Amino acid sequence: MRVYDVDLTSRLLLGTAQYPSPAILTEAIRVSGCEVVTVSLRRETADGSGAGFWDTLSETGARILPNTAGCHSVQEAVTTAHMAREVFGTNWIKLEVIGHGDSLQPDVFGLVEAARILCAEGFAVFPYTTDDLVVGDKLIAAGCEVLMPWGAPIGSGQGLRNPDALRSMRAHFPDTPLIVDAGIGRPSDACQAMELGMDAVLLNTAVAKAGNPVTMARAMADAINAGRAGWDAGPMERRDMAVPSTPVLGLAGLT
Amino acid sequence: MKISVNSEPREIAGATLADALDELGFPGAALATALNGAFVPRADRGATLLKEGDRLEVLAPMQGG
Repeated sequence: MRVYDVDLTSRLLLGTAQYPSPAILTEAIRVSGCEVVTVSLRRETADGSGAGFWDTLSETGARILPNTAGCHSVQEAVTTAHMAREVFGTNWIKLEVIGHGDSLQPDVFGLVEAARILCAEGFAVFPYTTDDLVVGDKLIAAGCEVLMPWGAPIGSGQGLRNPDALRSMRAHFPDTPLIVDAGIGRPSDACQAMELGMDAVLLNTAVAKAGNPVTMARAMADAINAGRAGWDAGPMERRDMAVPSTPVLGLAGLT
Repeated sequence: MKISVNSEPREIAGATLADALDELGFPGAALATALNGAFVPRADRGATLLKEGDRLEVLAPMQGG
């Protein structure tokens, strides 16, 4: 998969929040083969908890995708992106402009506006968006080379609420990398996203809050690989009726 | 002068944002600063003067999804 002139082998992007320990996070990244991890910027504490986390992350060797999580306005998101670019030394930004407190649904109007500003400033914008085709068109016109439609609300683990919309996105944006971001709960959800032709999956809670995050990270990676292979292989069409798979020709006359 | 640092009231002696950061003694170097809601790049901290009542945000890498 190629995003913003970077070739990625793994189609799993992992969030870094809510793990039981830094060691488990590091191990989950390692066993899953994940090459991109999302991070945030938050207020530094007197004991330097941010500095410690930064050391942990650096050791994983994963590429950093900072987010603008929690930003509800264009101004907040753009300022956060500027700060993230300085701290993390990357022009990659997972752009979130949240429009609704309960569903954490993106404010797609603010999202397009913020994307336009940041793309013009040379950011590689990964917009957290809905599955709306028109919004996708406008994000691409703003300069985004990747779209990240939601599968379900952030942290809900509901799986893909609207697979048909993702299928439409794949058909409408055949050449744009599509990364399902948010809502994945189980490996089967991730596999389904890949079978629909998505290019990658970004998830966090489904791994971090699993009974065994490391095993779940591996399971997600396996499911993503299986789903992608299924898409590449071209699944058969569904049929309404049974069709015998064993040849009828040569069937013995035993009555 | 009194300023707010990450929403906590603090008494600062230094005149610039760079001075204030030294004084506050945050342990890590991976920090980004914003003054009254506007990003202040690292290179500008030495020339950025503080005034009474300023709101300083000091952010660092944290876990995120």
